[in-house]
Amino acid sequence: MSNTDQEKWYSKLFDASLPILATLAALIVGAVMLLLLKVDPIEAYKAMWEGAFGSKNALAETLVKATPLLLVGLGICISFRGDVINIGGEGQMIVGAILGTLVGITLVDWSGWIVIPVALLVGFAGGAIWGGIPGVLKAYFNVNEILSTVMMNAIAVQLMNFLLRGPMIDPSQAELASKIPQTARLIDAFRLPRWAPTRLHLGALIAVVLAVLVYILLWRTSWGYRIRAVGQNPHASKYAGIKVKNYVVLALVLSGAFAGLAGAMQVYGVNFRMITDGSASGFTGSAGFNGIVAALFGQLHPIGTIPASILFGALLVGANKMQRVVQVPSALITALNGLVVVFVVSSEIWRRKRQKRRMAATAPGGEGIFPAETEITEKPDNEEVGS
Amino acid sequence: MISDLLSMTVLVGILTSGIRLATPYLYAAIGETFGQRSGVLNLGVDGQMLLGAFAAFYVAITTGNLWLGVLSAMIIGGLMGLAMAFVTVNLHAEQGISGIGFYLFGLGLSDLLFQKLLGTVETVKGFRKVFIPVLSDLPVVGEIFFRQNILVYIAFALVPIAWFILNKTTLGLKIRAVGENPEAADSLGVSVARIRYFTIILGGTLSGVAGASLSIALLNVFQQNMTSGLGFIAVALVYFGAWRPWGVLAGALLFSLVNSLQLWIQVLGIPIPSDIAVMMPYILTILVLVATVSRVRAPSALTKSFGHDD
Repeated sequence: MSNTDQEKWYSKLFDASLPILATLAALIVGAVMLLLLKVDPIEAYKAMWEGAFGSKNALAETLVKATPLLLVGLGICISFRGDVINIGGEGQMIVGAILGTLVGITLVDWSGWIVIPVALLVGFAGGAIWGGIPGVLKAYFNVNEILSTVMMNAIAVQLMNFLLRGPMIDPSQAELASKIPQTARLIDAFRLPRWAPTRLHLGALIAVVLAVLVYILLWRTSWGYRIRAVGQNPHASKYAGIKVKNYVVLALVLSGAFAGLAGAMQVYGVNFRMITDGSASGFTGSAGFNGIVAALFGQLHPIGTIPASILFGALLVGANKMQRVVQVPSALITALNGLVVVFVVSSEIWRRKRQKRRMAATAPGGEGIFPAETEITEKPDNEEVGS
Repeated sequence: MISDLLSMTVLVGILTSGIRLATPYLYAAIGETFGQRSGVLNLGVDGQMLLGAFAAFYVAITTGNLWLGVLSAMIIGGLMGLAMAFVTVNLHAEQGISGIGFYLFGLGLSDLLFQKLLGTVETVKGFRKVFIPVLSDLPVVGEIFFRQNILVYIAFALVPIAWFILNKTTLGLKIRAVGENPEAADSLGVSVARIRYFTIILGGTLSGVAGASLSIALLNVFQQNMTSGLGFIAVALVYFGAWRPWGVLAGALLFSLVNSLQLWIQVLGIPIPSDIAVMMPYILTILVLVATVSRVRAPSALTKSFGHDD
C-alpha cells in the first residue's frame, strides 16, 4: 500500500506543478512581448512584484483584488464541477451589487449590524437569480449556457447603466449638470470593517471561510455529490435516480450567487457606491472573467482557488505599478491571463495521460463511481479517486 | 414621434443601416459555422475580431492601403485560429475554456498594441460606398442594398458560397462527417485533424475580416474592446441559425435590424431610455434561442475532441 501512497503523493505534486509551469510559460511569453515593446522584462516584473508584495499596503491591495476573484472562482468551482460553463460572472456580480446597494441606500435608518448582512445576502440572492435564469434555460429549453450567460452579461450592463443614470442616481448628482451615473454613497455605518490604514476589508476573510464551506458542500454533502455526479456522467446519474435538470439549475444558481455576493461585497467593502463608465469591467474590473482563470488555476478546487486568487490579484495590482514604472499598459496582464488559461487547459493532457496510466495499473473498474467515459468527461477530477 | 418611425425615409434608413450592421456578424458567424459543423466550438471569436480590427486599422492608417489592412486582419485571425486548432485538436484541450483564454488574450493584446502603437483614438478613411451600376438607381431597394461598401457585398456573397461548400462539395461532406461522427469519418480515411485545422483557421481568418469590417469599413476607428462582445453574439447566431448559412443570415439580419431600429429610436428622440433599447437585441436573442434551439440538433461531435491523448 505504501507504494500507491507514494505514487499518489508524487502525482499530486506533478498535478499541482502543471499550473505553475503554465504561468511560468505565460510569463516567458510576456517577457518576449516586453522585449518586442523595447522594455526590460526584468525591470517590468520587478516593478510588478514590488507593486503586489513590496509593502504592507501593496499586500493588502493584492488581497482586496483577490477577494472578488476568489468568490467568483468558488462559484466557478461549483458550476464547472457540474459540467456547466458559467461565463456570466460579470452580469451576476452587477445584479448582486445593484440589489445589495438598494438595501443600503433605502434602509438608511437601520443598524449596520443588520443592513450589511442583509445586503450581502440580497446580493447573493440577486446573483442566484441572474445565474438561475440561464440554468432554467439550459435544463428545460436546451439553451447553451455559455451563450445565455454572455447575453445576460450584456443585459445586466444595460440595466446597471439605466438604473444608475435614472432611478438609482445619487440625488445630489441628479441636480447637477454633470449627472455622473452613480448611486448615493453608503453611510459610514454600512461599511465592512477594515484593517486600517489599508483597504483590506472583512470580505477577504468571509471569502476564505466560504471557500472551506464550498469544499464541504462539494465533497461532504449529497447536493455536492450529485452536482459532481451530474457533471461527470449525466446519463449514469439519471439511471442512478438523480434529477439531472434540478442539479444543472442548482449549479448555476450557486455559481451566480457567489458572483452576486462578490458584486455586493465590492460595494460594501471597497467602493461604497456603484458607479458606471458604461462597461461591465468598469464596475467588476473583469473579476467575472478572471475568477474563471483563478478557479481553473486552482484546479477547480475551492481551497486551491485561494492561492490562485491571490496570485491573480497580485498580477492585477502589480500590473498597475508596472504601468507607472515602465509604461507598459496593464492590458498586458489581460493578455497573459488569457495565455495562462490556454496553457492550463492544454497541460491537462499530461495529467490525463498519467491518470490513465494509473487506472491501468490498478484493478480494472476499481476507480470512481461511474463507468469511465474518458473520451467525453475530460474534467480534472483526481480528488475523486479513492476519496 | 412613433409615427416618425413609419415614414419612408426612416424605414429606408433603418433597413440600410441594418444591412450594413449585419456585416461583422456575417463574417464571424459564417466562419464559426464551419468550425462548429466540424465539431469545434470556438469561443475566442471576439478576441480574434479585436486583433483583426486592430491589425486592419493599424496597417491601413500607416500604409494607406485598405486591402493590405484586410489582408493583415486575415493573417492575424488565421494565426489565432492555428493556435486554437493546435490546442484543441492536438492537445485535446476543453474547447469552451480555451476559447475564453484566446478571447482574453486577444482582448488584452489588441488593447496593449493600441496603447503602445497608436495611443489615441484616430479615424481612418475606410472603404467607400460602391454604387452598383443600374441597381443602385432603383427606388428604395437601390438605396438599401446597392449603395454599400465592398465588405458588405462580400459578406452577403459568403452566405451562398458557404452553403454551396458545406452541402455540395466533397470538402463540405467531409466537414459535416467529422462533426457528426468523427470515428466513422476517420475509418473512411478522412483526416479529422486536418479538416478541423482547416475549419478553425478559416473561422479565424473570417473573424479577422469581421474585425476589419468594423475598424476600416463601418466605424473607421479603433478603440479598446470596440467589439463589446459582438463575437459572442456571432457564436450565438450559429446556434440560432441551426448551423446553416441561410439560418445564420436570417439571424444576423434580425439582430442587426433590431439594433438599427434601436439606434434610430435614439436618433428620433423617442422616449425609450437608450440603455433599455440597447438591451433589446440581447433579450431577443435569448428568446429566439429558446424558441429554436430545442427543435434542432447540434452537430453530434460538437465540443468533443477526437482521438486519444497518446
